Amino acid sequence: MRVLVAKPGLDSHDRGAKVVARAYRDAGMEVVYTGLHQTPEEIVEAAIQEDVDVVALSILSGAHTTLVPRVAELLRAQGADDVLLLVGGIIPEDDIPAMLEAGAAGAFGPGSDLDEIVEFTRSNLRRRGA
Amino acid sequence: MDLVARLLAGDRRALARAITLTENEDPAAARLAAAVYPHTGKARTIGVTGPPGAGKSTIVDGLTHLYRREGRRVAVVAVDPTSPFSGGAILGDRIRMRRGAADPGVFIRSLATRGHLGGLSWHTGSVVRLLDAAGFDTILVETVGAGQAEVEIMRYAETTVVVMVPGLGDEVQAIKAGILEIADVLAVNKADREGADRLVRELEIMLRMDGSVGRGGPLARKEGPAAGSEPGADAAGPEPWVPPVVKTVATTDEGLPELLRAVEAHHEHLRATGGLERWRRRELAAEVRGLVRDLAGQAAHAWATADGAWEELLGRVQRREIDPRSASEGLVQEFLRHAGSGGPGARG
Repeated sequence: MRVLVAKPGLDSHDRGAKVVARAYRDAGMEVVYTGLHQTPEEIVEAAIQEDVDVVALSILSGAHTTLVPRVAELLRAQGADDVLLLVGGIIPEDDIPAMLEAGAAGAFGPGSDLDEIVEFTRSNLRRRGA
Repeated sequence: MDLVARLLAGDRRALARAITLTENEDPAAARLAAAVYPHTGKARTIGVTGPPGAGKSTIVDGLTHLYRREGRRVAVVAVDPTSPFSGGAILGDRIRMRRGAADPGVFIRSLATRGHLGGLSWHTGSVVRLLDAAGFDTILVETVGAGQAEVEIMRYAETTVVVMVPGLGDEVQAIKAGILEIADVLAVNKADREGADRLVRELEIMLRMDGSVGRGGPLARKEGPAAGSEPGADAAGPEPWVPPVVKTVATTDEGLPELLRAVEAHHEHLRATGGLERWRRRELAAEVRGLVRDLAGQAAHAWATADGAWEELLGRVQRREIDPRSASEGLVQEFLRHAGSGGPGARG
């Protein structure tokens, strides 16, 4: 299984993204990590080129309400809406329904359990044979 | 439209999917490889290797940028290691490859080694062909952080760039066989650091010494005797290529135009001397030989297991009645006799 861990927007620390990336690696997945300050366009293009099964966004800046819908929309436009979209970071409880509405399959706020994230990812894969 | 047609038309999703099928050894992969093969052989392939942290990804990013300015369509294959424990991997080369991130003339694919040794993934060669068939005319292949034994890149790259950095060890490191021997071009990266000039001097001295860099590797490989000629025959004819040493500071693009010119000069040299065709012939011969060995081995094994001979033979080997080599020779001879009488096909 291939996972893209990406950090869209302007926040400039990626400890959380790296911790999640390691958890995926330790669960036997191939994790493409793209680093900081990615635009939604760059993230979706990387997801296409890397043919990933999962896009996991890490957002701490509070911009998730615009970034997540944008990434979901671009994935759809590329016909890649079978890619599982997840978001983590500083996502207030109240925003989670909107994230799910926008196209994220799961939203994980601060203190989320790594095993739970990995397990959720595994059991919600949409793509055949992934 | 099927996957092959879409790939040949340059559809990025089709290309990405084709690479996945190839990597996963999907049953469709062999058909795919056969269908795209006539459309390959057009791309330049450039390998970039060197120790971890030497700046390979940054150099690849810089070269990609420069080749794009020349109007080339650039694909990058970046290999990172698979964890021997979990089977997972962190593929982080894209972090340094930002300039091509939103450029339709650039395609970057990260591969995990999945247990393959040699600095590459199992299917690097097939992936390069898919990129070639999809219309990328310049393909950069970045190996895992390589030490002294990860030399497989020379099988897939017409030009191999070995990236060195100052401060890794004394000159003895440089004489050692392996990665330095395969260099067609040497980049001394992080050349703004102390020790860069000394490293350049040491490398240049090595290049002039018999049997070291620039002799054993590239010359024997691409300019030496053509496939089929006497092993050990002298490399006759063409003027030898002496790998240039180029100082770079990849983070600021310093020296990268010079590095690109050195890569291009090597390519020109190979073309002018016929080295390119000889190298291609040799690598194809190795590939076909390997496949024949695999397929013949599989056929013999399938034949022997079908009537229980395999188990019986293994039993005799285990009881020390016959050694493995003699057992194998006997089995192959019997298989060939059988094949000669039209047996294996009939048995199916």
